[in-house]
Amino acid sequence: MIKNEMKSLSVQNLLGIKHLKKEDLDLIFETADHFKEVINRPIKKVPSLRDITIANLFFENSTRTKLSFELAEKRLSADIVNFSAGQSSVKKGETLIDTVNNILSMKVDIVVMRHPNVGAGVFLSKHVDAKIINAGDGTHEHPTQALLDSYSIREKLGDVAGKKVVIVGDVLHSRVALSNIFALQLQGAEVKVCGPTTLIPKHIESLGVKVETNLRKALDWCDVANVLRVQHERMDVKYFPSTREYTQLFGINKEILNSLNKEIVVMHPGPINRGVEITSDVADSDQSIILNQVENGVAVRMACIYLLAEQIKR
Amino acid sequence: MSDKILLNSKEIKIILHRLACQLIENHSDFSNTVLLGIQPRGTFLAQRLAKLLEEEYKVQNIELGLLDITFFRDDFRRRDAPLEANTTHIDFIIEDKNVVIIDDVLFSGRSINAALTAMQSYGRPKQTELLCLIDRRFSRHLPIQPDYRGRQVDVINNERVAVLWEENDGKDAIYLTTND
Repeated sequence: MIKNEMKSLSVQNLLGIKHLKKEDLDLIFETADHFKEVINRPIKKVPSLRDITIANLFFENSTRTKLSFELAEKRLSADIVNFSAGQSSVKKGETLIDTVNNILSMKVDIVVMRHPNVGAGVFLSKHVDAKIINAGDGTHEHPTQALLDSYSIREKLGDVAGKKVVIVGDVLHSRVALSNIFALQLQGAEVKVCGPTTLIPKHIESLGVKVETNLRKALDWCDVANVLRVQHERMDVKYFPSTREYTQLFGINKEILNSLNKEIVVMHPGPINRGVEITSDVADSDQSIILNQVENGVAVRMACIYLLAEQIKR
Repeated sequence: MSDKILLNSKEIKIILHRLACQLIENHSDFSNTVLLGIQPRGTFLAQRLAKLLEEEYKVQNIELGLLDITFFRDDFRRRDAPLEANTTHIDFIIEDKNVVIIDDVLFSGRSINAALTAMQSYGRPKQTELLCLIDRRFSRHLPIQPDYRGRQVDVINNERVAVLWEENDGKDAIYLTTND
């Protein structure tokens, strides 16, 4: 019997793209290709993780990421428990480690966690004995989103290497932006960020990223525009005079796209503020791969969970 | 490591013709029959048989699918190294069809067990049969036996059956290899 043996991930937890190597990304994408085929079958389920239990701990609101993880876990036949901070003892003053250790006492193998504090995943991975998947920690990283974004670019354009990607909007508050910068650069893409100077982090050039404050120039340069949401909920002070002004300067609409001499790919991690950072006619156009991103999200998350679960030996 | 040849290319050819004829005996024109080759190594045998049936025995429109069982295996997390998945390529539904599962070597029966689960994603077959080129006797972990077999062999534990195919390995041959 000749079997093709596969490599493993170089990491024990998925905390951020910063900790990954190019080979890890390739492995995740190849595995995701297989799962994408699985989720398009009449029966969209495989039994691989039938003896694995996963806890989804969401200390911050989420709709699509939570649904996407839950679906990915169910498609792999894992047992899952869900937790949302809104309805929990966190409100009664319990610490993060206590909450998680209590959940782990129920014999959980993998923890998927979203948390408003930067580094919550790293902190947890040092204190608890379970695989941690970071589903977003504050304004820091959101690795699975960056993976599915790169996967979607790879699917649409064939390869990520050599592509020019501009990340437009609220880069300052965005964990999607940072993870995307790491992921895209790891694969050899060029990255620019574009937005009001108040929403571009200081010293972002030190990551090897160029800053462009003119949307038109940025779009002229790029192959792909990844449009971020304006995160009003994270803004404690005013970063721009008005939403209307933001839309006029940094909103993506059909006119500006039609005026370019090429057709660029438009992405958005969601949720969309229609009419603010992107207009409806763009979001729903053929140039947009927003819904492909959502579909790919399930396949990529299945791949991440599968590859981490594989390391849990019996 | 020593190699002993079990079947040479001429013997394999004769066996393939016999297996094709046995399939025709039971499935006549294959109008309600599909062949499912198990990835990775069973697909060579399945493709070879389908070609033989079409070209030598003039059976029309054979439906052939390639089934990957990686995510359905029962040894996930129990192996030293993970297995690489292959593509599943089945562009038909097997509901109410006669399915012939095809693999090169039948050993513990666990792959076939996984295949039986994996194919349920494509419907509920009317009847399922198993065809294998080499049946390793006395090595089963599960009550699974082939309906069509090329050759039955007795193999001891440190021996391995290696099936080589011309399209992949440069020649048709089956070896018994021993790890000393």
